Amino acid sequence: MIGAFTITSSYYLVLAAALFGIGAVGLLVRRNVLVMFMCVELMLNAVNLTFVAFAKALNDAAGQVLVFFTLVVAAAEVAVGLAIIVAIFRRRRAATADDLRSLEG
Amino acid sequence: MTVALFFIFGALTLGAALGVVLARNPVHSALFLVLTLVSVAVLFLLQDAQLVAAVQIIVYAGAIVVLFLFVIMLLGVDRPEQRTEPLRFQRPIALGLGAIVLAEILFLAGHRWATGAKTVHGVGLTGGHFGSNIERVARVLFTDFLWPFQITAVLLVIAVVGSVVLARRSGERPDPVPQDGGIP
Repeated sequence: MIGAFTITSSYYLVLAAALFGIGAVGLLVRRNVLVMFMCVELMLNAVNLTFVAFAKALNDAAGQVLVFFTLVVAAAEVAVGLAIIVAIFRRRRAATADDLRSLEG
Repeated sequence: MTVALFFIFGALTLGAALGVVLARNPVHSALFLVLTLVSVAVLFLLQDAQLVAAVQIIVYAGAIVVLFLFVIMLLGVDRPEQRTEPLRFQRPIALGLGAIVLAEILFLAGHRWATGAKTVHGVGLTGGHFGSNIERVARVLFTDFLWPFQITAVLLVIAVVGSVVLARRSGERPDPVPQDGGIP
């Protein structure tokens, strides 16, 4: 549409970098543990986008296979993390990171 | 067409990601997360990753975000959090660190990568005598990555058992396990 202007994989890498940066800042800034988990998901998605961009750039399907392993790890992390949040909430009645100052129950 | 789609959904991805971070209500954050994931799925489609895009929609937007919303509703934490800052200088330092991380990754993305070597019998995304995207991904997954694939099963079992043990009410015990069952 704009003549010879094409989207190379560098565009996707820069986009993934920006997404990763947003996720990292959110993880550091927010205090709600659930929102912090969502920011971790954003960072994992940025990594997935990088994998897919490299799979396209190198013309190798292994990059797309690695995305599946990332997905599995993300699912396991969310399951265990949310269970931990529920267990904490039962004891403390609060779900912000500031409430978790001691390890004793 | 591809250029327009990239810029539209790239902007949508970044905007929705900012929405996840900036929304005060956790439910709104979860809904912005859905928008981000769907936009990233479209970006996957633009890069010949049809199977990954479908799995992204099904697993992420269909399962993980629902799990998030379920926990938000279960715990009743859908109140907006307060804007006070318990730790001094946390936000400026966080923004500075985020800018440093972004600068590092952009520095790497703008340079020539030390990659390019492919596996000997690598399956390409296009060309060759393989069929659809699913067939190509499956061929790599079940041959080269078979061992990590099976390790993944162990990881999922551990995650399921761990979350069941963690989320169980600690006060009341379920039916007692017979002591001769090998469980101390």
